[in-house]
Amino acid sequence: MSAPNKSYDPVEVEALKPEVVEQARDEAVAAFAAASTLDELKQAKVAHTGDRSALSLANREIGALPPHAKAAAGKLIGQARGAVNQALAKRQAELEAERDARVLVEEAVDVTLPYDRAPRGARHPLTTLAERIEDTFVAMGYQVAEGPEAEAEWLNFDALNLGPDHPARSMQDTFFVQAPDGSADSGVVLRTQTSPVQARTLLDREPPVYVVCPGRVYRTDELDATHTPVFRQVEGLAVDEGITFADLKGTIEVLVEKLIGTGLELRWRPSYFPFTEPSAEIDLQCFVCRGESVGNPDRPCRTCSSEGWIELGGCGVVNPRVLVACGVDPNRYSGFAFGLGLERILMNRHNVADMRDMVEGDVRFTLPFGMEI
Amino acid sequence: MRVPLSWLREYVDLPAGETGRDVAERLVRAGLEVETVEQLGGDLKGPLVVGEVLSIEELTGFKKPIRHCFVNVGDANGTGEPQEIVCGARNFAVGDKVVVVLPGAVLPGPFPIAARQTYGQTSAGMICSARELGMGDTVPDSFGGNGIIVLPPEYEPGTDAVELLQLVDEVLDIAVTPDRGYCLSMRGVAREAAAAYGLPLADPALLDVPPANSFGYLVKVSDPAGCDRFVARTVVGVDPNAKSPIWLQRRLQKAGIRPISLTVDITNYVMLEVGQPLHAYDKQRVDGPITVRRATEGETLTTLDGVQRKLAAEDLLICDNSGPIGLAGVMGGASTEILDPAAGPGTTEVIIEAAHFDPVAIARSAKRHKLPSEASKRFERGVDPEAARAAAQRAVDLLVLIAGGTAEAGVTDIAAPHPVRTITIAADLPDRVAGTAYGRETVTRRLQEIGCSVAGADVLEVTPPTWRPDLTDPYDLAEEVIRLEGYDNVPARMPNVPPGKGLTEAQRTHRRIGVALAGAGYVEVNNYPFLGDTAFEALGLETDDRRRRTVKLVNPLNDEEPALRTTLLPGLLGALRRNVGRGNTDLAIFETGTVFLPKDELTVAPRPAVDRRPSAEELAALDAALPDQPRRVAVTLAGERLPSGWWGKGAQASWADAVEAARTVARAAGIELTVRQGQLAPWHPGRCAELVVAGTDRVVGHAGELHPRVVKALGLPARSAAMEIDIDLLTADGAEKVNGPAVSGFPVATQDVALIVDDAVPAADVEAALRSGAGELLEAIRLFDVFTGEQVGAGKKSLAYALRFRAADRTLTADEATAAREAAVAEAVSRTGAVLRGA
Ligand SMILES: [Zn+2]
Repeated sequence: MSAPNKSYDPVEVEALKPEVVEQARDEAVAAFAAASTLDELKQAKVAHTGDRSALSLANREIGALPPHAKAAAGKLIGQARGAVNQALAKRQAELEAERDARVLVEEAVDVTLPYDRAPRGARHPLTTLAERIEDTFVAMGYQVAEGPEAEAEWLNFDALNLGPDHPARSMQDTFFVQAPDGSADSGVVLRTQTSPVQARTLLDREPPVYVVCPGRVYRTDELDATHTPVFRQVEGLAVDEGITFADLKGTIEVLVEKLIGTGLELRWRPSYFPFTEPSAEIDLQCFVCRGESVGNPDRPCRTCSSEGWIELGGCGVVNPRVLVACGVDPNRYSGFAFGLGLERILMNRHNVADMRDMVEGDVRFTLPFGMEI
Repeated sequence: MRVPLSWLREYVDLPAGETGRDVAERLVRAGLEVETVEQLGGDLKGPLVVGEVLSIEELTGFKKPIRHCFVNVGDANGTGEPQEIVCGARNFAVGDKVVVVLPGAVLPGPFPIAARQTYGQTSAGMICSARELGMGDTVPDSFGGNGIIVLPPEYEPGTDAVELLQLVDEVLDIAVTPDRGYCLSMRGVAREAAAAYGLPLADPALLDVPPANSFGYLVKVSDPAGCDRFVARTVVGVDPNAKSPIWLQRRLQKAGIRPISLTVDITNYVMLEVGQPLHAYDKQRVDGPITVRRATEGETLTTLDGVQRKLAAEDLLICDNSGPIGLAGVMGGASTEILDPAAGPGTTEVIIEAAHFDPVAIARSAKRHKLPSEASKRFERGVDPEAARAAAQRAVDLLVLIAGGTAEAGVTDIAAPHPVRTITIAADLPDRVAGTAYGRETVTRRLQEIGCSVAGADVLEVTPPTWRPDLTDPYDLAEEVIRLEGYDNVPARMPNVPPGKGLTEAQRTHRRIGVALAGAGYVEVNNYPFLGDTAFEALGLETDDRRRRTVKLVNPLNDEEPALRTTLLPGLLGALRRNVGRGNTDLAIFETGTVFLPKDELTVAPRPAVDRRPSAEELAALDAALPDQPRRVAVTLAGERLPSGWWGKGAQASWADAVEAARTVARAAGIELTVRQGQLAPWHPGRCAELVVAGTDRVVGHAGELHPRVVKALGLPARSAAMEIDIDLLTADGAEKVNGPAVSGFPVATQDVALIVDDAVPAADVEAALRSGAGELLEAIRLFDVFTGEQVGAGKKSLAYALRFRAADRTLTADEATAAREAAVAEAVSRTGAVLRGA
């Protein structure tokens, strides 16, 4: 670098002549524009903006200029370098965009390749159906109550107004648990219904009681397409002041609407259960044929066997004797109870033709039901 | 109860166009469960007439004997000429009256009938068998059995046989609930039909009966509690060869009862008509007066079915001087049975018994002797004691009318005094039960309709009819009113439910466990909880294994599986095998459910009274008699846990997946698990993890690879793995509340360390030592490599850990991180004998 020399006229410095600077600038801009790849651009960048480039060398000369000349020279070089850098950045951006576009094309894959690396699981539809019913009642303010499957005979029968010689007791086809002496007099059975949970609830807490009791129950049926010896029920119980049959009807109507849908007729058939009085069977209008298959052999309906109705379950006003056995004052409180068979509802709601599919545990049956139904 | 519509119409004048289905719908809404409406002779079309066989020519030269007949069918064929018919049956002779179907008719099937050429002859019609006419699958001999029908001689040729044989009808099959014993009779069903249609009832039990007198057959009732009514009548001069007329046989047949002999048919017919079971004795075979008493233990009786039965002291008996001649209300004895004239001299003198027995006594006897009969079924459910006299009279009348007998004047009627049952009911009780307003007049009218007498105004005094023993309290009466008014007419309303508390923590946990496992790729199954010893053998359980102590059933579905499960594994592994057998190869399944563990001390559950709440002691005794029933969850897997694919190799299911499933369950429950090396059947002794609630010594389950012997015994895929955990034990302490961690914004310092330990040292111990030595600066620790080989020496393994350190309040210096790492290593060295690799 030259030392400051006041006698020098800046014009005399060749490299700082405006036409020389402009030429260097133009050459740089042209070189950038000519670069067709990022590598060529990099070389052009070294050549035209590096330490050895014309503009860098010219810039160094400024230091040797007399003070009055420095400003003008600085401005001249500055503008030139600005233009060069701008051109460089622009070309850099252009070339990078081109490269990126090319790479993205090259990186394209077949996104339709099957990808099932995480194994799929599912919950059993009877489990999730029970939960759906539970949730409907929990939303109304009910609680979910549970109880043992091997249950005291007294709670399964006697407390529910089914005395030892009651004819209905033999209707139930009960599994009896062996007593220590091997006899049937253990006083323990596999519960034939979830009603003992209702009795337990009444023994356990003061009314008002609003509970649903889901669970497995047992009867000595052979397994076939429409029967299974181990099946699931959801029962409900409401005991409060002033509970009537009308409350039962309203509640079941809400349940059916949430569970199956609107616009279907319900039929309330008088029936007999020892623990309720009056008792009713609830039939739901067949949602497949809407009753049009009845007496119409040309249009048979598999869902309702051309009966027009599907049995939903039994219900009624709690027999005051049950309240008495559970220590509830029947003069103050009344209640209703209902019981639904989940297998039957699943068959109808989801077109399951054969109950055996629900018990055999074939994963192909359960998988489509996913996590909730 | 099978109810032929034509028979029902005899008691209720139903509208002419009303079909069986229409009547069924009305009865269903009144509470009778009509299961089916059977159409008899639905596609039958005449002419079907009585014919007289004029001549029979036996045709020969065919594979089977064939008859060429001429039959007089009166004017039914339009010409009056004999009808030429070829027939393959042989059970008829010239002069017999038969049933002939003529060309143009249609038999059930449908089979159209036309004249045709066969066996070289013209056959213009058919001589019919009962089965061809759709009279049922089992045809009594009186209708020709499997051969053609030979009618009694009195019918004129040409008479319409469709009408004669009552071939077209509808039969309602009603499943009668236990409270409706009276509907096990035409009388009872007719009463319901009359109420449903608002029509009058012609009560078949309204008969003129002569009053009881002192010269009837001598009967002594020594157990009036067991038998509160005994009516006996006698008929003499009965023609033993008299046959039941067609109408009677057809009604029995349609009602599902097989015609046997005239006297027996009459007793059955009257039972169906009025609901009173009757028994007929051959009077000449009864030795002296009839006595009703309980049996003495060890006494025997040979019943009608030929079985000699050992009697129990509770059995109620009908006896004569010779001893027991009948099991009261259940089945008669063989020694006084009505005699069939085909096998010697038939019965000519008959005693008809119409009695009323204690329902409980009959139910127990029928159950004890496994003899559910038409009679016991009715007595158990309650028979109208006031119908006994009418029923006996009806049987006597029929014996006189059909069998040519003479009714003797003696009428025996022993009746224990019956208190009049009166129920007091508030007139608005039905309103309060139903939640609607019927009003007193409706209530009174409906109660009268079912046969009650009603008095009073706001409070009603109601006397139920004798055929309704089920009506015992005001609620029974309220039910009758509401049922007859129609359930469909009760309004719908929602109760005011107080605010609820939602699901319990345990219920939420159970749901989370299922969701977590399904989310981890497991499919839920539900297995029956029944198993037997073979299941334990297959699992390789020692003879003293606690899981072999089971709760057993008295009446299992299958004698091979008499016990309730003590572990979920047998059912679950069975489901695994079933799936494999159906070609599902890569499997991960789970089940949650209870197991049944007998208590140490076995007791019998009490049966407290039901007229009050049981005492606390009684309730405790109920629970003490039940087995423990903890909730479990189990998984099993086989095949590929992670599938292979175009992305590369997958991963085989292994012991580690089973352990991970346990952690998934525990995490869903908010509990941390510690894993220890364990040993328990059915797991591989070297690949079994014992699962312990962290910070405790409580073992809650096991996981790992199944023992190869178990895999072989059960036919499972090699290296199948399983896990079983007790959810109740796992969650016994509840989950700890999580406090939000202070998330440090300072940088992390990572240091790796490789330690060489003996093979036998559990990795979990090494990690625990490192954690404890590293102190609170340790943020995370991860085992990223396990290496065995020459470099580390025989019987050794190298465990490589990545340690992440971070402070809450500052950037750690390299020295600090190193010091923490060295402290961690030092702890591992001292606790596990680890050597720092490369040191
Ligand atoms: Zn349908």
